[in-house]
Amino acid sequence: MQYVDEFRNPDVARKLASEITELSSMLMQDRNRPLQIMEFCGGHTHTIFRFGLQQLLPQHIQLVHGPGCPVCVLPRGCIDVAIQLANQANVIFTTFGDAMRVPGSQQSLLQAKAAGADIRMVYSPLDALALARANPDREVIFFALGFETTMPSTALTVLEASREGIDNFSLFCHHITTVPTMTAILQDPDMRLDGFIAPGHVSMVVGDKPFEFVGAEFKKPLVITGFEPLDILQSIWMLLKQLSEGRSEVENQYTRVVSAKGNPAGLAAMSDVFEPRERSAWRGIGDIEQSGVQLTDAYKHFDAEYKFSPDHAMVEDPTACHCGDVLKGAMQPWQCPLFGNECQPKHPLGALMVSSEGACAAYYRYADINALKDKQPAQRITL
Amino acid sequence: MCLGIPAQIVSVDEHNAHQAMVDIAGVTRQVNIACVLSDVEHPRQLIGTWVLLHVGFAMSRINESEALHTLQLLEQFSDTDFEKDDGHAIR
Amino acid sequence: MSFKPDDCVTLGHGSGGRAMHELIHEFIVEKFANSQLSELEDQARIPLAQLAEYGSQLAFSTDSYVVDPLFFPGADIGKLAICGTVNDLAVGGATPLFLTCSLIIEEGLSFTVLNDVLDSMRRAALHAGVKIITGDTKVVGRGQCDKLFINTAGIGVIDPSYNLSAGHCKSGDCIIVNGFIGDHGAAVLAARGDVAIQTNVQSDCQALHDLIAEMLKVCPDIRCIRDATRGGVATVLNEFSRASSVVIEIDERSVPIRPEVQAICELLGLDPLYLANEGTLVCVAPQHAAQQLLSTMRKHPKGQHSQIIATVSDANEPIVSMRTVFGSSRIVDMLEGEQLPRIC
Repeated sequence: MQYVDEFRNPDVARKLASEITELSSMLMQDRNRPLQIMEFCGGHTHTIFRFGLQQLLPQHIQLVHGPGCPVCVLPRGCIDVAIQLANQANVIFTTFGDAMRVPGSQQSLLQAKAAGADIRMVYSPLDALALARANPDREVIFFALGFETTMPSTALTVLEASREGIDNFSLFCHHITTVPTMTAILQDPDMRLDGFIAPGHVSMVVGDKPFEFVGAEFKKPLVITGFEPLDILQSIWMLLKQLSEGRSEVENQYTRVVSAKGNPAGLAAMSDVFEPRERSAWRGIGDIEQSGVQLTDAYKHFDAEYKFSPDHAMVEDPTACHCGDVLKGAMQPWQCPLFGNECQPKHPLGALMVSSEGACAAYYRYADINALKDKQPAQRITL
Repeated sequence: MCLGIPAQIVSVDEHNAHQAMVDIAGVTRQVNIACVLSDVEHPRQLIGTWVLLHVGFAMSRINESEALHTLQLLEQFSDTDFEKDDGHAIR
Repeated sequence: MSFKPDDCVTLGHGSGGRAMHELIHEFIVEKFANSQLSELEDQARIPLAQLAEYGSQLAFSTDSYVVDPLFFPGADIGKLAICGTVNDLAVGGATPLFLTCSLIIEEGLSFTVLNDVLDSMRRAALHAGVKIITGDTKVVGRGQCDKLFINTAGIGVIDPSYNLSAGHCKSGDCIIVNGFIGDHGAAVLAARGDVAIQTNVQSDCQALHDLIAEMLKVCPDIRCIRDATRGGVATVLNEFSRASSVVIEIDERSVPIRPEVQAICELLGLDPLYLANEGTLVCVAPQHAAQQLLSTMRKHPKGQHSQIIATVSDANEPIVSMRTVFGSSRIVDMLEGEQLPRIC
């Protein structure tokens, strides 16, 4: 077993889709609005578009693409600080490729690189640490991005640097967390979602406990889900099953990877190195309390902001953007007046057009042709 | 978010217990396996194990029997549907 | 001219003095030895009658080659510089005949490297049946270019019975590739070392003139051919779609991709349709001729893994889409810029 092709079987997908249609049609008898299911995670969004999964589903199931793309939600001010750090003499600034194109208020990292900053793409924080080892006379800063999935890797890299006594390595830490953000979405009065496809790789680290509040407090079903097409279809079916039986529980579809307790070694490294930050800014959403982390005092000397004290200027999101509404499921990407006009992948305005994982960029690039043809005028969905 | 793919551990570093080589369909890379080590096993015992790889770290072992169980559940969907197709009009 | 392994190219080799004279006369000209080059006039001279033997239309193309690293599995910048320009001529239906060779060398480049690159160019030119008949050499200061840049321009002649153009695609046409896609992009990515992966994937870098000649022999009414270099197969299909105002639908199941290339793409979040190729052509042929063309291609060593990957249909709006393995469809647009590895 290779754990990939087995979960991409088109025959099973078709059967699963017809089961979903049957189950959802029953549910629709008692409703006058579509079933809205949010996949929180950009990885799921990618699978949905890459395999055209929405087209296998009946019209009355709407997949709402959540804020779980750490790159899309990077605020412009954060990119500005990254560029400031990168522009210092003697710095090698390292980042995952995703962040290169995200616009700051003046420039993206890609543009800053073209203007002369030494900015390099890496696949792993370990590769950034290797650069620090190889260049002892230069400061190597790693742009630490991502949700809980990515935090253990950064934490373990810091622990390794500390063990080796490498002092020319630091993090520009913009790790963010899923739970406070999901809570913010659930608390929004415009929230219309019927259930959640929950991020399987976050759960792989944190386990299933942190998501229990979704059922317990907000009475919404949630299924922890893998990233292959059959994983997502099976999860949709499981969510519908919960809805039809009046349940709102945390279920785990991705049992081959996710265990209830998560990854103890990863969690231990995270709690050594990181502590909650008072508040973190999200592009398109705004500030959310306790939604990010910073380095603990014991590892403060690996914090690039502590080391170099860059200026932080507040940069507001463009006012015409409806990213927040799209994220909450109150608006579809193509209903935003900026979509495809002022806001395009070539010159993104809003968070969701920035990365190919972003809901709007994915729609713009991959959307099924018919949906684009029927593009409706901008309006909020009236329910 | 969180691109992760299955990879198989093919060798471990005898000098650094946290390091191993993984293979993904003929592509190899050195990865960190700190998150999938256990106190009761030598890292060597991980050779052949499938793990979920994210940004150069093995983040979880992949449980084969759970994977088979999921696939069985999925197979049942197709079986039931075949039966239904015999008796019902095509949806 | 002899050189020791440690010898480097210096600014003196580009200064117009004796060092440059030796470099050009005793090193480069000797390598590419042919009568036209040895004349060493400021221009190469080609008798028109010689060109006219091959057809009635001159094909003229140029391309600059910059690649890091200079040597990578399956090829190097020298072979690339020959095959690339040969292919640019051949995909228009031309018989490639003559090339130019301009070298821009960063001072400090070792003569061993230069020697290996020039040897590789010589072999590739011999294989492709083209002569390098004029050229230029410049040396620039450290940091003003990256090790070595090469420009080659090429001349070929087109047989009057062929009329290939991206604007000729018609509804019903079939689109064929001659083998696995994305090998070059994946091989160079791995060879660069930034992502620390090891793989046996080799660049597909090869001259396609002989394969194309066979293809045109069995199917003279091929609509168009392009080699899918930067931007990959997806970009070429978008060019076809726009130039002919047609819809092109790719069948995902039929696109030949090596498992290793697919694995690199899954690992780094890339799409193989946008990876660069250096010996992969995309050909549009009328439906009635497609099967015969395909079997001809598969008999050729450079086309063994040929596949029909897409079909052409009419539409109001030119679009390239992909019919997925699940029967759904998604748009395959041109990229905004370079494809970047992603984690999310």
